[in-house]
Amino acid sequence: MAILEVENVHTYYGHIHALKGLSLTVEQGEIVTLIGANGAGKTTTLNTISGLLRPREGRIRLRGEDLTTIPPHEIVARGVVQVPEGRRVFARLTVQENLEMGAYVQKDSRRVREGIERVFTLFPRLKERRQQLAGTLSGGEQQMLAMGRALMAQPKVLLLDEPSMGLAPVLVDSIFATIKRLNDDGATILLVEQNARMALQIAHRGYVLQTGEVVLSDTGENLRQNEMVRKAYLGIQ
Amino acid sequence: MYTSLTEKLIDWSIALYLWGFRIIVVLIVVIGTVLTLIGGKYNSQQWIDFVVFGIAQGSIYALIALGYTMVYGILRMINFAHGEIFMSGAFSAYFVASALEQSGFLDQNPLVALVLIMLVAMAASTGIALLVERVAYRPLRQAPRLVPLISAIGASFFLQYTFRGLFGPGVYAYPVVELLQGEWTFFGINILKAQVVVTIAAVLMMLGLYTIVMRTKIGKAMRAVSEDKATAALMGINVDRVIVTTFALGAAMAGVAGVLYALVFRQVNFFMGFVPGIKAFTSAVLGGVGNIPGAMLGGLFLGIFESLGPALFLESLGIVAPYQLKDAIAFTMLVLVLIFRPSGILGEKLTAKKA
Ligand SMILES: Nc1ncnc2c1ncn2[C@@H]1O[C@H](COP(=O)(O)OP(=O)(O)OP(=O)(O)O)[C@@H](O)[C@H]1O
Ligand SMILES: [Mg+2]
Repeated sequence: MAILEVENVHTYYGHIHALKGLSLTVEQGEIVTLIGANGAGKTTTLNTISGLLRPREGRIRLRGEDLTTIPPHEIVARGVVQVPEGRRVFARLTVQENLEMGAYVQKDSRRVREGIERVFTLFPRLKERRQQLAGTLSGGEQQMLAMGRALMAQPKVLLLDEPSMGLAPVLVDSIFATIKRLNDDGATILLVEQNARMALQIAHRGYVLQTGEVVLSDTGENLRQNEMVRKAYLGIQ
Repeated sequence: MYTSLTEKLIDWSIALYLWGFRIIVVLIVVIGTVLTLIGGKYNSQQWIDFVVFGIAQGSIYALIALGYTMVYGILRMINFAHGEIFMSGAFSAYFVASALEQSGFLDQNPLVALVLIMLVAMAASTGIALLVERVAYRPLRQAPRLVPLISAIGASFFLQYTFRGLFGPGVYAYPVVELLQGEWTFFGINILKAQVVVTIAAVLMMLGLYTIVMRTKIGKAMRAVSEDKATAALMGINVDRVIVTTFALGAAMAGVAGVLYALVFRQVNFFMGFVPGIKAFTSAVLGGVGNIPGAMLGGLFLGIFESLGPALFLESLGIVAPYQLKDAIAFTMLVLVLIFRPSGILGEKLTAKKA
């Protein structure tokens, strides 16, 4: 059974029909990527899974348990954690405090400290900056912090919304390397990207989204060879 | 382009008007102060009395102002019922205080009794604030900003007239606490005991609150929610619970402020929350709404300024009843700050961040 199942979901913004019967699954240990143009509905999909948006129809299940009517903070407690688009670190909290907020559902303070140490091992830069206000970090550092903060909740499924957005090419490489490494260590990841080339290189499977609908789904390898994907998303004629 | 000349004229006249306003205010303060100091009507003990009273009064404003500023920080909404939350605390505590007085407990164990009275006031204020939040604000959280504001004014009237209906329009005299009567003398300066105790109690509460906001898990969550509710929810923070906690903490401060106010002025009444409420709101605006240390400093500043003002610069200008103008000073200050520095005296430039 898939760890995360999204089944026939319809999400609206007022009268705007943003997701039109979207379905996807993520298996334990996979990296699944969701690619699509601006406005295709990628962020809407993640926010619907996280409970920030409520679908008018359809179901979302984690290991068979229905998440559709559960409030966002309890979805986090069940292990589905999102790194939002544009990083959204708490600018006026320190790096350390941001990480503590990521572990909000963790009651045991010793586990929180261990979690912080693990994040610092993964991103040593954050350790040097631990007492600094997050708003003063560079874009790359903020992305590390946003990912570290999400990892603090010990997610069963990690949702990443355009982690490479606005970063210099070297940083993009290192963010993707980190995602790959997290997955090698056992993390299950649903990755939203505009950078389809990089995403399809590390993803086991992928879905192509157009105006709120899945138009194609296949393995990462097959999608990279696909004519339509090559034209529309990889810029190859 | 044909409107450009009229537009310029309008701009110039507005600028001229604003500058005139500033100059007049500065002239009043400066000339009045100089005349007073030359006249030498007050001796140094009297000046000290004004300042000490101002500090005591100001620390009460500061305590109330915290509730305005914290709720604004989290919901971007002015809780106009907050003055009535303060009144509810003082009023409920009145009944406990007079019962304790009649049983003689207040005289035997004044400290224990005072703590008890404050706990009752905190509980009453908090309970009522949570009710108001649940009934009047939470259902309107997605509504346009004006709607909860109107609801807040409604809640404010509701509370005033509930107390009026239950306990009548009259004034109830607060029991006298013997312990707080008289003066202490420090280095030859006499200071009223009640004012020292009020100031110390208020400062302790503020330090406690500041520690909660800066150091505890719930305090950090409050700061996170005030920056970005959606992301806070994505971190597993129960946003509703954090909002409720914010209202509760602000209300508890207002409850304590109510008791302290009653200790200084020795009376309660259904309408007593109105003026201190607006003064505290002014303090919060002075310090930059949403800014916690700002609200504390704003309260102190306003308290001292309005206590000194009548004697310092109004009386010598030939104003007949300068002490009646205390409230006018506070409201003039509110208008001045709103015109010239809406982000407050300590205020950061919020525009970029909040946009
Ligand atoms: N808050 C909103 N109110 C109304 N419509 C919205 C809102 N957010 C998104 N939409 C609309 O829903 C559709 C899907 O938007 P969404 O943000 O999910 O796209 P996306 O695939 O994440 O795009 P991007 O790559 O630009 O992040 C778009 O047509 C968008 O205009
Ligand atoms: Mg998006």
